Amino acid sequence: MEKGGAIFNRPNSNFKKEVSLMKTTPQPVTYAGDRISGAGSAALARRPGRTLGRRILDNWQLYALLLIPVVLTFVYKYIPMYGIQIAFRDFKASKGYMGSEWVGWYWFQRFFSSPTCWRMIKNTVLISLFSLLWSFPIPIILSLIINQLRFHKFKRVVQTVLYAPHFISVMVICGMIRIFLSPSGGLLNLILGTQIDFLTQSSAFRTIYIASGIWQDAGWGCIIYLATLANVDPGLYEAAKIDGASVFQRILNIDIPELLPMAILNLIMAAGGLMNVGFEKVWLLQTDLNKATSDVIAVYVYQQGIESAKYSYSTAVGLFNTAVNIVLLLIVNKIASKASDVEFV
Amino acid sequence: MAKKKDLSTGMSERTSDIILVAICAVVLIIVAYPLYYVLVASFSDPYEVYAGKTFLLPSGFTLDGYKAVFAEKNIVAGFLNSVKYTVIGTVFSVLMLYITAYPLAQRDLPGRKLLSVFFLITMYFGGGLVPTYLVVKATGLTGSMWSLFLPGGVAVGNMIIVRNYFQNSIPHDLIEASEIDGCSKLRTFFSVVIPLSMPIMAVMVVFSMVAYWNDWFTALIYLGGKGTPLPLVMRNILIKSSASASQAATISGGYAELNKLTELLKFCSMIVAAVPMLVIYPFVQKHFEKGFMAGAVKG
Repeated sequence: MEKGGAIFNRPNSNFKKEVSLMKTTPQPVTYAGDRISGAGSAALARRPGRTLGRRILDNWQLYALLLIPVVLTFVYKYIPMYGIQIAFRDFKASKGYMGSEWVGWYWFQRFFSSPTCWRMIKNTVLISLFSLLWSFPIPIILSLIINQLRFHKFKRVVQTVLYAPHFISVMVICGMIRIFLSPSGGLLNLILGTQIDFLTQSSAFRTIYIASGIWQDAGWGCIIYLATLANVDPGLYEAAKIDGASVFQRILNIDIPELLPMAILNLIMAAGGLMNVGFEKVWLLQTDLNKATSDVIAVYVYQQGIESAKYSYSTAVGLFNTAVNIVLLLIVNKIASKASDVEFV
Repeated sequence: MAKKKDLSTGMSERTSDIILVAICAVVLIIVAYPLYYVLVASFSDPYEVYAGKTFLLPSGFTLDGYKAVFAEKNIVAGFLNSVKYTVIGTVFSVLMLYITAYPLAQRDLPGRKLLSVFFLITMYFGGGLVPTYLVVKATGLTGSMWSLFLPGGVAVGNMIIVRNYFQNSIPHDLIEASEIDGCSKLRTFFSVVIPLSMPIMAVMVVFSMVAYWNDWFTALIYLGGKGTPLPLVMRNILIKSSASASQAATISGGYAELNKLTELLKFCSMIVAAVPMLVIYPFVQKHFEKGFMAGAVKG
């Protein structure tokens, strides 16, 4: 960060030493060299008289800043990772992590032999798979359209309104869903002229979940694509216009190729989180009658772990979910690096 | 469209403009109308709403719902709790982001890579619900407001955006100048870096505010019913559809009146919960795209 100026913020005695060193040994500490590659600071590091200890001491203020974040992260992120071992133990709070009896794969076996296990896995995968398929293309299409709007005031209004639902709590969204879908006077039933209780129908659950998700976040999902499109050289559009290309030809030939790498990256990343079905919305929309499609792992982990205090069992189920996700993420990362070789370079 | 392939591109442009604007108008209505409907319904007689008489303007105009919201102790307490958590949580989170991002933005900091990895890992891997809960419990935070802030620690994704902003968007010359003038790193941080990072700070403040204002899951797990924030209070109204005992006691009109008020309370509480954040985000909207791009550029 501090580049060539690094030597100037030392105490005075040090300062002289540095300067004399500079005179005697021609080092590549030039400003320009530094800026290009950072080689200069590496050279600084290797210079005699600037030991690692010295450099650490010089930066003590920065380490002091990091102290609280590091401690918090260690306590609340890393110790829980260590605590995952209770998935393989019969955890008793009085005995602690290590004192509790080791039971191996017992909890996992119990999960896989529970009657609703496969239903939960299936629901989790299907909800997120269909979510991905439906909600992935919409922000791309929207941003292609918004980007071509030539009336800037209108464009800004569209963006502002489209972002709005993202800032509303899931609790309010689910309250709205329940009211709109109510069989007695809900907006959707009023429009359709029917009296269907959608939330008691398991066949409707995924549609409700996904459609409301699109309504809430498709606009917000445009941001990254709009930012990418903002980087398109205006000269390209001008040239295309002179050649007589219509808006749709410009979208097809300029915008879509521009978005493709980002879109592929997003798709791949989303595929890596396939088992990440959020707890909140499912829990709020679940009813006894739609459980055939709304029963998912995240809700089960909460019910078993927090409501029933079956700590080890819940941890094991959660760990299974995480493990599947990590495997997916690794596969997807591999594909991503291959794809980027082809796509980006 | 077909006939405009000649030199006068004017008409063709106009046709496509109309099509684009029309599509956007439809999307606008789809997104905005549900919100508008809730707003209108919050001023209407719920029986008329459910009878399908309210679509564009309130029917049976009433302010009873809002009166009830502000008379309902649970909602007022929840609102105040949420305000408290949002203010303290936002100050805490943004402070954490800044004191983590600044050191990690120094390319010559010994151990920088190791420290970055230390934080990055937590983005991809965690202990899960119960192991985290057990640590929060063991450290004595359950039931305290701090259980909402401390376990979250550093929001790593946002931290990277801030770090990249420090690295890419703050002119080096200014930092060097301040160091030549004899400022320590800490002094440079306070007098140069922070004042120059206001756009990204505004975005982070809004992100944190929204996160804390809308959060209820953390409160559900850790607070154990004490100091319940607004969204969790609303769960009883919206999802369980239950009116509180205090409400039942004050209503003299019997079951029908109570039922009516419960429904009205749903609309009004949703407006009260949603409006504060909807009013705030347009102010920093223009920085969103920049912030996201800064995050996408590797540091």
